[in-house]
Amino acid sequence: MALNEQAMPTIIDRRLNPKGKSLTNRQRFIRRARAQIREAVQKSLKDATVTDFAKDQKIRIPTKSTKEPRFRLSHSGGEREWVVPGNKEFVPGDQIQKPRQGQGGQRGKEASDSGEMEDDFEFTLSQDELLDIFFEDLELPNLVKTSLKELKTHSWSRAGFTTAGSPTNINLVRTMRNSFGRRIAMRRPKASEIEALEGEVAALRERPYSEGRDDKIAVLTAEIERLEKKRKWVPFLDPVDVRFNAFQQVPKPTTQAVMFCLMDVSGSMGEREKDLAKRFFMLLHLFLKRRYERLDVVFIRHTHEAQEVDEQTFFYSRQSGGTVVSTALDEMLTIVKDRYSTADWNIYVAQASDGYTQSGDAQRCVELLNTAVMPRCQYYAYIEILDEREMEVFSSEESGAELWRAYRTVAKGWANFATTRISKPADIFPVFRELFARDREAAQA
Amino acid sequence: MSTNTGNLPATRPLFEGSEWDFETLERAYKAIEDIALNDLKLDVYPNQIEIIASEQMLDAYSSHGMPLMYQHWSFGKLFAREATLYQKGYTALAYEIVINSSPCISYLMEENTMTMQALVTAHAAFGHNHFFKNNYLFRQWTNAEAILDYLAFSKQYIARCEEKYGAAAVEQVIDSAHALMDQGVFRYRRPPRPSRVAMEKQRQARLRYDEESFSELWRTLPESQAIRQPDDEEEDPAFEGGASLLKLPEENILYFLEKHSPTLRPWQREILRIVRNLSQYFYPQKQTKVMNEGCATFVHHYILSTLFEKGLITEGSMLEFLHSHTSVVFQPGFDDPRYGGINPYALGFAMMADIRRISENPTAEDRDWFPDFAGKGDWRDVLKNAWANYRDESFILQFLSPKVMRDFRMFAVHDEAESPNYEVSAIHSEGGYQRVRARLASMYELGQLEPNIQVTQADLDGDRTLSLVHYRHRGVPLAEATRDLVVAHVERLWGYGVELDEVDE
Repeated sequence: MALNEQAMPTIIDRRLNPKGKSLTNRQRFIRRARAQIREAVQKSLKDATVTDFAKDQKIRIPTKSTKEPRFRLSHSGGEREWVVPGNKEFVPGDQIQKPRQGQGGQRGKEASDSGEMEDDFEFTLSQDELLDIFFEDLELPNLVKTSLKELKTHSWSRAGFTTAGSPTNINLVRTMRNSFGRRIAMRRPKASEIEALEGEVAALRERPYSEGRDDKIAVLTAEIERLEKKRKWVPFLDPVDVRFNAFQQVPKPTTQAVMFCLMDVSGSMGEREKDLAKRFFMLLHLFLKRRYERLDVVFIRHTHEAQEVDEQTFFYSRQSGGTVVSTALDEMLTIVKDRYSTADWNIYVAQASDGYTQSGDAQRCVELLNTAVMPRCQYYAYIEILDEREMEVFSSEESGAELWRAYRTVAKGWANFATTRISKPADIFPVFRELFARDREAAQA
Repeated sequence: MSTNTGNLPATRPLFEGSEWDFETLERAYKAIEDIALNDLKLDVYPNQIEIIASEQMLDAYSSHGMPLMYQHWSFGKLFAREATLYQKGYTALAYEIVINSSPCISYLMEENTMTMQALVTAHAAFGHNHFFKNNYLFRQWTNAEAILDYLAFSKQYIARCEEKYGAAAVEQVIDSAHALMDQGVFRYRRPPRPSRVAMEKQRQARLRYDEESFSELWRTLPESQAIRQPDDEEEDPAFEGGASLLKLPEENILYFLEKHSPTLRPWQREILRIVRNLSQYFYPQKQTKVMNEGCATFVHHYILSTLFEKGLITEGSMLEFLHSHTSVVFQPGFDDPRYGGINPYALGFAMMADIRRISENPTAEDRDWFPDFAGKGDWRDVLKNAWANYRDESFILQFLSPKVMRDFRMFAVHDEAESPNYEVSAIHSEGGYQRVRARLASMYELGQLEPNIQVTQADLDGDRTLSLVHYRHRGVPLAEATRDLVVAHVERLWGYGVELDEVDE
């Protein structure tokens, strides 16, 4: 019976305990293998489709930087004997040909068991880890700062009291309190004291002359004079008493952004061009999403007229017509005015086009950009999608279609305006990095 | 609790269906405990059973199954690998993890069915638990009461070091220490150690005292023997005393570096100590894989079969149990693509089941081979004696029967470097049993599995070169691929040049 009296088994439900105990170890591991992981990420992204991109990625990295060597016995050399199960036909004395160079067969298996043969190491990166590595050197801080100044997204907040300021900001309570204290400390004669003395003098004067009366009056008058003089030295309100309410400018972080995707959908833009544009848009979207709490996306497509559409229509439906780029800019400005006030929103624009527009329209675009669009937005990226043949023709920055040449003039005036050309999926990422490199000047130099 | 009545046959099964809840777990535990303690007469540490989710199981994997572990990137690597394999479906998660501690902690996965929970309870909470508590290696070399405290201490200590000396510096030391982990155990003599926790406290106190009482003035005094504190509680020989006082040769390289490296700072020595203590803690497990798993598998098989006989589990559960049991003890042949060496579960279970058979229904051959216990019927005592007093190598040498060799169709292969062929030296036949058995046993002798490397000399009067020697067993050299990398780690810890020679035994 003694056994039955044993304590009840301790059964503990640990399922609600915090998970991810290994998280810091995992981060350490990733930090350690960073260079190789980065390489692997870029390699695997070259071929990945856009929708895949946001998911977890399987990564293979060489074990170089994460090797854990131990002393091991070699798998060849010396004399050895071992036992294996599953004999079917062997009898003592049978000879078995050795596999070549210790590869394959039993030996290969032994080797992989001991962990020596591992050349590559495969594991899965979560989306966050992937994006961290992906966007490692990409930053917006400078852009954000300059535009904050321009856009005046500051608010005033109280910051205590100061001794200098404008009269409208005088803090009366503080000032009078200081004055009161000073008056007490300096023993400023009260008006009532002087009045009392004056009363005494007047009373003496009215009295019939007696000996010593005038002396007394003289003494009192002198006292009054002294007091009044003192009242002058110790004024009721001295400049040192005055306090002003102080205010401070606090930059108000704008935590929401809107991203405008403008695209030419006229006949000249084929599936290939749209696909390239889409990849670029997706990348920008992912990037901005990491920076801002809230990110809106507005799709504006245009032919000779522009309209706001949903994503599906944007990428997949066709529309015939001419090409007037400026209509898209007009449409965008209207939407900004209606829905996205620059005080509250960071505005990013990405425009994709094949570079053709109605003649004369380019000039109008430049005008719109310079006067209306650029002052309002954080960043404007223009990508021109060419086919590879064209890419060779337009190898120089200077040459290009009308829109390209026109936009180049805008780029000179605005630091946050970027133009670039792509012709194949592999271009997108380098271009993207270049556009958003932490130090663009350095990157371009 | 009707099941507490012991011998009375129960009329209703403990559970039906696959869902489990805590009440059922407890009921099943009671029934299993009853058989384990009263029938098998097992002797176990108190049990603590923890239910965890699969993600937590992966977490536990990556820290060698320990509930607490210091932080290091290599555990992150392990985790990343295990998680990927699991997600891809290459490996299933283990059903259980059990920790050699008192109380004995067993993890049960929440995804398991009730049948599996019962199996795991019998397997881990009683099978492994009994083995941990009774096997001589564990009794001698590990301290089940202290391990959790020690892990907590080491985790804290290393975290504090990281704060103080920077994560990168700490990582370097751990990297190097991990590289020498296999050479960080005492194989033959018990390490000199008073109560560990007390010692750590003492060391902490001393360090703190040194820091608090540090005075610039003392530094101006000429250094003398009187002021120098002895490096360790074991009254270390002073460095200046020369190599003869270093007690060479020394097989525990980490221990040697901890005590005698001329360049390590106290906290670095402490980290080496932590790593080698953990290595020592895991050392018995390496030597008893077959026995440990065999014991647990035998126990769960016996207990669940008994539960079924008593009518405590349904036929459906029994079939589910048998299905997973047979896949655990499956041994593919050498030419099978699934072959990955001898399955310790299969060998251990087969040998232990065979001991029972020999004890109950021996053949003439068995009587010949095992006169001590054949036909005596006392298999419980024979097994308990084996579990307590043997390790894999000696267990196989003593108890592997011709029948098991025949069942596994074992044969021995002989390889000499010069010969173009392997030779089949013995098979499961009359003339071959002894040789196959001896060879199989030697495959479990760690002295032959792991290189025998010793510190033989430290030239403290000269250029401080440290000499290591690898004693080649039957001429098998060290693997080239890792040899120099590990030597570089030894150099980092020693601070001066290190030479590694290989000589034949």
